[in-house]
Amino acid sequence: MTTTVPQRVSKNIHPHKFVMWVAMGGIIMMFAGLTSAYIVKKNQSSWLQFDLPIEFYYSTAVIVISSISMFLSAKAIKAGKFSQYKIMISITAMLGIIFILLQYLGFKDLQARNIAIVGPKSNSAASFLFVITFLHMMHVLGGVIALLVFWVKAIRSSVEKSSLMSVEVMGTYWHFVGVLWIYLFLFYNWIG
Amino acid sequence: MSNEAVLHAHSGAHDGHEDHSHEHHHQSFISKYVFSQDHKMIAKQFLITGMVWAVLGGFMSVLFRLQLGYPDANFPWLETILGKWAKGGHISPEAYYALVTTHGTVLVFFVLTAGLSGTFANFLIPLQIGARDMASPFMNMLSYWFFFAASIVMLSSIFVETGPFSGGWTAYPPLSALGDASPGSKSGMDLWIVSMALFVVSSLLGGLNYIATILNMRTKGMSMTRLPLTIWALFFTAVLGVLSFPVLFSGFILLIFDRNFGTSFYLSDIFINGVGALPNEGGSAILYQHLFWFLGHPEVYIILLPAMGMVSEILSVNSRKPIFGYMAMIGSLFAIAILAFLVWAHHMFVTGLNPFLGSVFVLLTLLIAVPSAIKVFNWLTTLWKGNIRFTPGMLFAIGFVSLFISGGLTGIWLGNSALDIHLHDTYFVIAHFHIVMGVASMFGMFAGIYHWFPKMYGRFMNNTLAYIHFWVTFAGAYMIFWPMHYEGLAGMPRRYYDYSIWESFKQFQDLNQFISLVAMIVFAVQFLFLFNFFYSIFKGRKVTTMNPWEANTLEWTAPIHPGHGNWPGEIPEVYRWAYDYGKDGVDFIPQTTPVGADESVEH
Repeated sequence: MTTTVPQRVSKNIHPHKFVMWVAMGGIIMMFAGLTSAYIVKKNQSSWLQFDLPIEFYYSTAVIVISSISMFLSAKAIKAGKFSQYKIMISITAMLGIIFILLQYLGFKDLQARNIAIVGPKSNSAASFLFVITFLHMMHVLGGVIALLVFWVKAIRSSVEKSSLMSVEVMGTYWHFVGVLWIYLFLFYNWIG
Repeated sequence: MSNEAVLHAHSGAHDGHEDHSHEHHHQSFISKYVFSQDHKMIAKQFLITGMVWAVLGGFMSVLFRLQLGYPDANFPWLETILGKWAKGGHISPEAYYALVTTHGTVLVFFVLTAGLSGTFANFLIPLQIGARDMASPFMNMLSYWFFFAASIVMLSSIFVETGPFSGGWTAYPPLSALGDASPGSKSGMDLWIVSMALFVVSSLLGGLNYIATILNMRTKGMSMTRLPLTIWALFFTAVLGVLSFPVLFSGFILLIFDRNFGTSFYLSDIFINGVGALPNEGGSAILYQHLFWFLGHPEVYIILLPAMGMVSEILSVNSRKPIFGYMAMIGSLFAIAILAFLVWAHHMFVTGLNPFLGSVFVLLTLLIAVPSAIKVFNWLTTLWKGNIRFTPGMLFAIGFVSLFISGGLTGIWLGNSALDIHLHDTYFVIAHFHIVMGVASMFGMFAGIYHWFPKMYGRFMNNTLAYIHFWVTFAGAYMIFWPMHYEGLAGMPRRYYDYSIWESFKQFQDLNQFISLVAMIVFAVQFLFLFNFFYSIFKGRKVTTMNPWEANTLEWTAPIHPGHGNWPGEIPEVYRWAYDYGKDGVDFIPQTTPVGADESVEH
């Protein structure tokens, strides 16, 4: 007990990163629950068939591009290119905002086609699409807020060693919400 | 490295290489007792909040047992405390249902989830794996404060004009989705759902932390197969919570949309008296039940597994014997955790579930008997020929085993879909789940409190009071719930307000009265425990040695009053598993003792 305990080095991933992975497991379960409910409900009576709003196709492209810019910003900070990191992280945040706007326009598009998403005239098909997409939007919004915090930090201070890990955690989350949307997008197209 | 990183990241003052005790001078009252990031303080916060809820929830059961035991009597004092809910000293039907609902919600979630795993996961994980604190002490603090917020919201729902939610702790639609369905479905339900949403957030934040801490922050030499069984149990508990609470949350979100935004996930064209037919179309209330029970069943293991883990540890320490079948214990915990996700529809046998599907769920449900039997066998064989020390903690641990067996056996009845048609929604079900999950887990919690109290507060609890507390509670638990089996087999349904008007159930009037009487006595005896607990914090006999129970696990190598960071100087290194009791004629060998040259090899 009195001998020096050698530091446990690097075989394990950082606990914060690990927490993010487990949290992603939880989020997956939530969307798994919702999409299974969707399937159950779809097989019951009075399910409305309609085309996905075209905006969702654009938003899919936007979130894929934002994943690339997130990847580049992590790469930049690893290489010590701080100005490039600042640009990339702000681009990612902007693309996140654009994604949210496009989803919103998608809902508008549904309304314009007289497909009610909530209220007494709504059909579960549209309501499900709205609720699931809305929850995903909230997760993206959380990511955007975090990205903006990173961006403000980057403007205010110079590179810190510790921020590398948190940028990696941020990147993991951002790629995750991207993949989650792609799953949902495929799900809507495949099943709905 | 992770350990140091975490403490450095969040509270720069901490340094793994200096004595932690002098840091208390720098802590304000607020940062030490209120917004504390020390896992030990957070554990105590969970425990005491849980106790407050246990008293409230228990008192609710006394109130509705009064109605069941004495349906014709008037108690003027009831009107004094409940006002319009007990006009003339007689609990109204609305109040009865509200009490039953709140009792269930509070006991299941606030006492036996937050109070039990919140307390002991926080307290024991860092101390028993050899970590300075949780992976994220800040998230840990948030976890408690979300729970606190949930508590405040739930508490406030008791005081709203239309009363708290009264549609059952499962909150099935349409009662939960339609404000017009009953008084309790109005703002009481809004508060219920807000409170539960906060609670889910609290559970998730806690669970994430527990998993990350156990997997990443064990001290040197603490391999997974050297962990005490408490930690394994708390690990599976956290995994169950993280994977099932989000599904409940998704069910709640759909419920909120149905309730507030007119969607038709669960609602269809139901006709409400005084309102007319709803405009909703095609919703399915069964959908909610699936989402709810996908959490609901794992939830019973979230409640039970921490108790199982603590009982395993306490039985072994106080039998002065290694736990029997350590790997089988881990394997059975794992099997239970997997099966927990595959049996939810056994709560739904009478919903019109396809009988073939039902038979699959019967099979999977009955499979749970296998790991459960393994655990019981191992507990009994751990006790067998042990040099037993009947400490209060040990008594409650043995009581847990007894209750788990008694309650578990009736689970085999209920798991059969054919039998369930008769037994569903009768008192048989109440007897089953209260014994196997409710009282058993309470016993696990009491065992844990009595056993780890010296570590928590550096003092002992009074044994005499503890023995009285144990025997009355133990005998009382059986006297309350055993007769309910007979009532249930005779077909007496749950949830009824007054049985005296039913020819078939009138015969149970005396029995109901007996149950109510015992329930009141058992409730009163819990105040002995509460007095013992709070008195001992300040005036209990002082702990003078670091290891009062002569146990092997790491928490007993920490100082009697550990500071934030747990160990002054280095974190101890681990050389063996936690159960070397009576090995080679040595009474106990702590995990920190290196393996001797002439020691026998097995474990």
